[in-house]
Amino acid sequence: MEYLPQIVFAIALIIGVGYFARNVKRIKRNINLGRDEDVSDNKSQRWKNMTMIALGQSKMVKRPIAGILHVIVYVGFVIINIEVLEIIIDGLTGKHRIFSSAGTIYDVLIASFEILAFLVLVAVIVFWLRRNVIKLKRFLSSEMKGWPKNDGNIILYFEVVLMCLFLTMNATDLQLQLNGAEGYANAGSFPVSQYLLPLFDGLSNATLIAIERSAWWLHILGILVFLNYLYFSKHLHILLAFPNTYYGNLKPKGQFGNLEEVTNEVKMMMDPNVDPFAAPPEGAEAAVPAKFGASDVQDLSWVNLMNAYSCTECGRCTSECPANQTGKKLSPRKIMMDTRDRLEEVGKNIDANKGEFKDDGKQLLGDYITNEELWACTSCNACVEACPISIDPLNIIMQMRQYLVMEQSAAPMELNNMMTNIENNGAPWPYNQMDRLNWKNE
Amino acid sequence: MSDLLKVPTMAEFMAAGKQPEVLFWVGCAGSFDDRAKKITKAFVKLLNKSNVEFAVLGTEESCTGDPAKRAGNEFLFQMQAVTNIEVMNAYEIKKIVTACPHCFNTIKNEYPGLGGTYEVMHHTQFLKSLLNDGRLTIEGGEYKGKRITFHDPCYLGRANNVYEAPRDLIRKLDAELVEMKSCKSRGLCCGAGGAQMFKDAEPGNKEVNIERTEQALETKPEIIAAGCPFCNTMMTDGVKNKEKEGQIAVMDIAELIANAQDL
Repeated sequence: MEYLPQIVFAIALIIGVGYFARNVKRIKRNINLGRDEDVSDNKSQRWKNMTMIALGQSKMVKRPIAGILHVIVYVGFVIINIEVLEIIIDGLTGKHRIFSSAGTIYDVLIASFEILAFLVLVAVIVFWLRRNVIKLKRFLSSEMKGWPKNDGNIILYFEVVLMCLFLTMNATDLQLQLNGAEGYANAGSFPVSQYLLPLFDGLSNATLIAIERSAWWLHILGILVFLNYLYFSKHLHILLAFPNTYYGNLKPKGQFGNLEEVTNEVKMMMDPNVDPFAAPPEGAEAAVPAKFGASDVQDLSWVNLMNAYSCTECGRCTSECPANQTGKKLSPRKIMMDTRDRLEEVGKNIDANKGEFKDDGKQLLGDYITNEELWACTSCNACVEACPISIDPLNIIMQMRQYLVMEQSAAPMELNNMMTNIENNGAPWPYNQMDRLNWKNE
Repeated sequence: MSDLLKVPTMAEFMAAGKQPEVLFWVGCAGSFDDRAKKITKAFVKLLNKSNVEFAVLGTEESCTGDPAKRAGNEFLFQMQAVTNIEVMNAYEIKKIVTACPHCFNTIKNEYPGLGGTYEVMHHTQFLKSLLNDGRLTIEGGEYKGKRITFHDPCYLGRANNVYEAPRDLIRKLDAELVEMKSCKSRGLCCGAGGAQMFKDAEPGNKEVNIERTEQALETKPEIIAAGCPFCNTMMTDGVKNKEKEGQIAVMDIAELIANAQDL
């Protein structure tokens, strides 16, 4: 019986981490449904980007208020996790505050955790006010109704509860230390939770221990639950921001990739030595004609799909989008949310059909993202620039336009006219190429 | 005036057995659009004044394919690109300057993968280099002390991180450069990019160029400076929509520099 708490703890830890690992595998499988894209180049620049943008939050602080509050929560999250390490070791070994032998260093650590916990609480409350009271425009768009709105708030509630439990645990511990209770040796410095002591005034040691233990257990169980909430939430960014910034685009933003399949065909067309009526070489029949552009998540690259899982729906992209600012339906954030939703749907389909995708009569184009949204884009890159973790919604929009034009000939009439003009006279307007230099004499 | 313009073609250079210092890629707007043609001429005047040995492709130039690519027609884009690259490689072109950020971006970034690698400069960068080399002088003239705001073209700014060359030139005019609330990397699009120039906008509550013009008007400018023929059109329309065309001119930077010297 003596070991019961440790056994319970170990089981909780295994379930929590195990279930999370299962979901990580699922995310990896889903991301790999995307087509291959080689991003193995330029490793040093990539590490630099990850260090600056994800670790260093360089793009977050471009909007100072949200940025600085975010840095507090982020630093708090990272540093308070040292405490979680202690909690896990304590839980498995049945010890209490195992790091306390570090003496002064321990005091400093606990004190900094407490101060950060308090700052995190303040930041999270401001975040909640921004979402629910101040009602910032970017949190009210149509794609933010329902689950995305609730998700945002649930994360904040989680953080409030976890921080309160942490401080309660420390406050009761301190009271027990002051009371000289057995097992509660003097350890740590409590610059914040000392102010909570009046709340526990006059309670017996037994009650205090019950509160301290409950807070301790709920805190660590809460963290395990939160860990497993990530998969269902926009909050996955706390992990995926790192690979996402690492694999982010390194080329000039204006450079759109040239489709290789098209290059091959164009080369054939331009090569005077190619016989258009020649029989295909032996074995070439098996080659499936390439699909140009993207109509569903499997046509997108794995980086696009990782982008979709990384998006935390902050809406900076949408608030900078010229189309969205002027009331058009396009919202770059929605493009990312739709991509993730559809990818999840495809993933569930695969799980339900023994590892194979069964056509469900749906696709990303049409069922999630409409042509109207795609045609409203000015390709200005404002969304790409705004994203704090290097997500590229424009890349997805362009691939879907390619599908619309090259597979479906579904461009708006005026664009078809423009393209016909380019084809016939080398300019988007109906002018004769032979008149190109007329301006010289006008 | 126009008979003073010297605009040699690559074919003429080739016939004379010479190679120009730079190819001026005029672009479709610069060749055909009435407003943009004025920008082309202003830039040529500056090239002539600075004794730059340049050439144009003339009737051998064709659309870079940018609007086709942004519209999703990769086929048409690559057909255009390969054709243009063939022409330019045959002339052994090394350096290109253009007054259109869309041509600039496409030739600079998207042609190398298709066999066309050149040093490509936007005309503001090129003018800046002429200034640095002492080949071009800039004087304020009629623009001295005027309030000028610069609208960043997306394909020059965000797309290629060129923010300073146009601003440096405006400062050289002794003008008062005032920034809009969204500028440089956060500059708002004029609404023409991504092939939007050639179609009506999707339903919404405002046109993008009106939104951008309002931002420009907030700076109380006397001149809105542009560096792109399409932005120029959009901003000009925006100013007309606000019935301010009497007070506020939309001008390309090349035009400002040329006009200041009465070229």
